[in-house]
Amino acid sequence: MLLSYLPVLMMIGFVTFLGVAVLFVSSLLRPQNPYGSKLSPWECGMEPVGDADIGHFRVHFFIIAILFIIFDVETLFLFPWAVILADKSISTLAFIEMFIFIGILAVGLIYAWGKGALDWL
Amino acid sequence: MVDTAFIVEVIIIWIKVVVVALVLFSMPLALTWIERKVAGHIQVRLGPFRVGPHGILQAFADMVKMLFKEDVIPDRADRLLFKIAPLLMMVPVFAIFVAIPFGDKVTLPFTDRELTLYISDMNVGIIYVLAVSGLAVYGVIFGGWASNSKYALLGGLRSSAQMISYEVVMTFAAVGVVMLANSLSLVDIVRSQSGGFWHWNILYLPVGPVWFFIFFIAGLAELNRIPFDLPEDEGTLAAGYHVEYSGMRFAFFMLGEYVAMVSISALAVVLFFGGWDDPLGPFAFGIPPILWFVAKVMVFIYIFMWIRFTLPRYRYDQLMTIGWKVLIPISMANVLVTGFMRI
Repeated sequence: MLLSYLPVLMMIGFVTFLGVAVLFVSSLLRPQNPYGSKLSPWECGMEPVGDADIGHFRVHFFIIAILFIIFDVETLFLFPWAVILADKSISTLAFIEMFIFIGILAVGLIYAWGKGALDWL
Repeated sequence: MVDTAFIVEVIIIWIKVVVVALVLFSMPLALTWIERKVAGHIQVRLGPFRVGPHGILQAFADMVKMLFKEDVIPDRADRLLFKIAPLLMMVPVFAIFVAIPFGDKVTLPFTDRELTLYISDMNVGIIYVLAVSGLAVYGVIFGGWASNSKYALLGGLRSSAQMISYEVVMTFAAVGVVMLANSLSLVDIVRSQSGGFWHWNILYLPVGPVWFFIFFIAGLAELNRIPFDLPEDEGTLAAGYHVEYSGMRFAFFMLGEYVAMVSISALAVVLFFGGWDDPLGPFAFGIPPILWFVAKVMVFIYIFMWIRFTLPRYRYDQLMTIGWKVLIPISMANVLVTGFMRI
């Protein structure tokens, strides 16, 4: 158990170390010459208008995020079912139950569709 | 508790982690050169040709250039997030490879020690891969938001909406494969397909090709590559979420994207094309399994490049329509069909 998850930490640690090391080497080599117009946000060479982080973005992205959470959690429920499906003693019952589950999922999708949550324009 | 066998095991895992990480870290050098060559030849040009024979040292020249570039941080940026976003994008992509099996057990020459050609055989392998690959979206959205530039913000939002939408689709495709293999472990999934190409999941008719089609489209969208490269749509967004990045931090975003391409190719091979399995099955003539794995992954990488220089780009609303209104209903129906075939 430990040996199957320890490598994840090792990999994350090693790659982070590599990345920081490359950035450090680069910091020794690169020039550092900041001035006002170089540091302004890129806006096709014009003076930047307003601030970007005041939240002017479509609410639609938020709706997509909510839908994602619902659907992703529900697809995770399918995994245990998918693993035991070949077990003959319960497979028919499991299949019927999952038929109902996916039916409920489909109703949710049709509702979101009908409400226009999936229409972008 | 801590005995010699355990320490030896940990050292072997360390060596594997370091080797895999270093290979992946240097892989974009080769991949950028190959990609530019492929682009050149598809567009009836020669591609890079000046640096070294057939331009083979071009990628090294680019790397040296990147190392010497100034690291510009815009004055209105959120400095902490801006600095760590490239690492947040890059590190999870490497972590995927902890669970990906490159080959089966081999016996080391001159010793009788068995070596497994995967770093870790997790019992929840495929869920781990999906979870970790989902973390890369933080790098994209932090990078886009922290730049405090309108193009970067728009690119970051588009990119994260696209990645999370297609993550649902990809999870469905993974459920399909799990139903065929009855295991979440990637090693078991490969083993369940062993014995020649007619045992591979892609040929589990009629549902296998549909799952692969769904997985492949979702993979293209997760990678933000053409025809779904809306986040860095040059025509409308300049470069998308990394428009303010320069030097090594920009290189890290590119590195993350290339390694992600390798990871999706490797996943496609593991889930649908039998991993390290020899396509000839009983008639195999002794090509080592790991070479088969590498060859299959390279075919997929080539297909990704081929698509990039062949297809035009979708519009954003078309992208969302394909994801939510086409692929998700097909996946739901296909889950039921696959389930019906497996009971």
